[in-house]
Amino acid sequence: MTMAKPGGEPHVQVRRYSGSARINHWLTAISFVLLWISGLALFHPSLFGLSILFGGGENMRWLHPWFGVVLTVSFFGLFFRFLPANFPEKVDWEWVKKIKYVLAGHEEYLPEVGKYNAGQKMVFWSMSFLIPILLVTGIGLWDQAREYFEHMFNFKTSIDQQRWAALIHAAAAIAAILIWITHVYAGIWIRGTISAMTRGSVTGGWAWRHHRRWLREAVSGRKDST
Amino acid sequence: MTATQAFDVVRRSATSMPAPTPGRAGEVSKLIDTSRCIGCKACQSACVEWNDLKQEVGVNVGVYDNPHDLTANQFTLMRFTEWENADTGNLEWLIRKDGCMHCEDPGCLKACPAPGAIVQYANGIVDFQHEHCIGCGYCVKGCPFNIPRLSKADGKAFKCTLCSDRVAVGQIPACAKACPTHAITFGTKVEMTAHAQKRIAELKTRGFDNAGLYDPPGVSGTHVMYVLHHADRPHLYANLADSPRISPLVEAWKGVAKYAGLAILGISVAAGAIHHLVAGANRVSTEDEENAEKLTGGRNV
Repeated sequence: MTMAKPGGEPHVQVRRYSGSARINHWLTAISFVLLWISGLALFHPSLFGLSILFGGGENMRWLHPWFGVVLTVSFFGLFFRFLPANFPEKVDWEWVKKIKYVLAGHEEYLPEVGKYNAGQKMVFWSMSFLIPILLVTGIGLWDQAREYFEHMFNFKTSIDQQRWAALIHAAAAIAAILIWITHVYAGIWIRGTISAMTRGSVTGGWAWRHHRRWLREAVSGRKDST
Repeated sequence: MTATQAFDVVRRSATSMPAPTPGRAGEVSKLIDTSRCIGCKACQSACVEWNDLKQEVGVNVGVYDNPHDLTANQFTLMRFTEWENADTGNLEWLIRKDGCMHCEDPGCLKACPAPGAIVQYANGIVDFQHEHCIGCGYCVKGCPFNIPRLSKADGKAFKCTLCSDRVAVGQIPACAKACPTHAITFGTKVEMTAHAQKRIAELKTRGFDNAGLYDPPGVSGTHVMYVLHHADRPHLYANLADSPRISPLVEAWKGVAKYAGLAILGISVAAGAIHHLVAGANRVSTEDEENAEKLTGGRNV
């Protein structure tokens, strides 16, 4: 997309996310944060005090699964928006092999990557894998929904299956929060990233430094739909 | 006076407290002698009467169990089993009064995430404190006997209280009071164990060689015990657990997972902070911007 550079901008701007993609992202983000706060409060007694943010334990208990429903629906949207740019490529492997340069901030030694690097794709695929697990095991722990589905599909879960659901839900949630910490940290550490999700654009220098192939493709007119 | 005010609390859910030592003075127990039970259901009636419960009228499916299962309004239930004893050729009617066993090591309490929603008193009674219950149903997963039930009315979990409100004022549980054959007795755990041994010796003289006391060590003993004619096969009694214990899944979930999970998250946040201190912010250089200007011809993309 080519548009006139506004007078006040010190650098060229590269459009990265549409308004709807950003709304979709922030809905996912807000529901995820509410989920991990309420989830950790239910997970570890030392954090139960966080339940006050939701108006007490009883409210938190029924809100948490509904936040989960919002997250699932919202992430479903993100998944299909971002899927085309997240397929693994050969260059991802080269990028992973040079992870020490990534961590040291030596972009000059890294291969040119498209819209997403291997780390970002790892975040995408991890969440795509973990959220369905959290949904299914979460329904197993959500008595009202579990009974609804048991009635609908005419089956009965055993207590032992519910125990497995509790354990897997906790493990998958820890993994998802870990991915989330990585995602948020990367956004903070790599300066200039957050504007992609606030204003929808990044500076040309940011794109040149971190996603040069994506910038070249954008310049040569091969537009990215997301 | 509520039971919590009357008794010392030795365990409290989702609260760090040293584990109580079993064999405390004043530990109580209910003893249910299945060999004396005539299946009259007076205990069930007394229970709903004392606890002011109202179970919905159900349907008859051709068994004596009524209602069909424990519910949030039915804390105790007589379960009837017709069993053909291959050794004697007799048809035996095994009747077991089901309900909370008041485990010395309570799985419900260990699984509960709400501080103080489940407590154990020094006398061994495990009691639900409904003002703290959040209705998550974790106690159902923690229980090795499948006892607690969530109420459809208020979403909270319910089970037998061992009539802690009666015991607090020196009364015996309503079910024991109503039992016409003294199949249900109540006293200190020491007294009840001694009483059971007398009954077991008597049963053995009548040919029940495997008669014994059900006080399962897997949950550090219970404060509701059974005298069984076939103590070598508890499962005959409507699937009473042969060797109950808190599920290893629940132990993992509420043990190692809880600590390891928080530790992993804490370490990852610390690792991020340290990385940022060491590596510094990853900033776009003026050179990067100039290169981008050249590539884009100075126009926004």
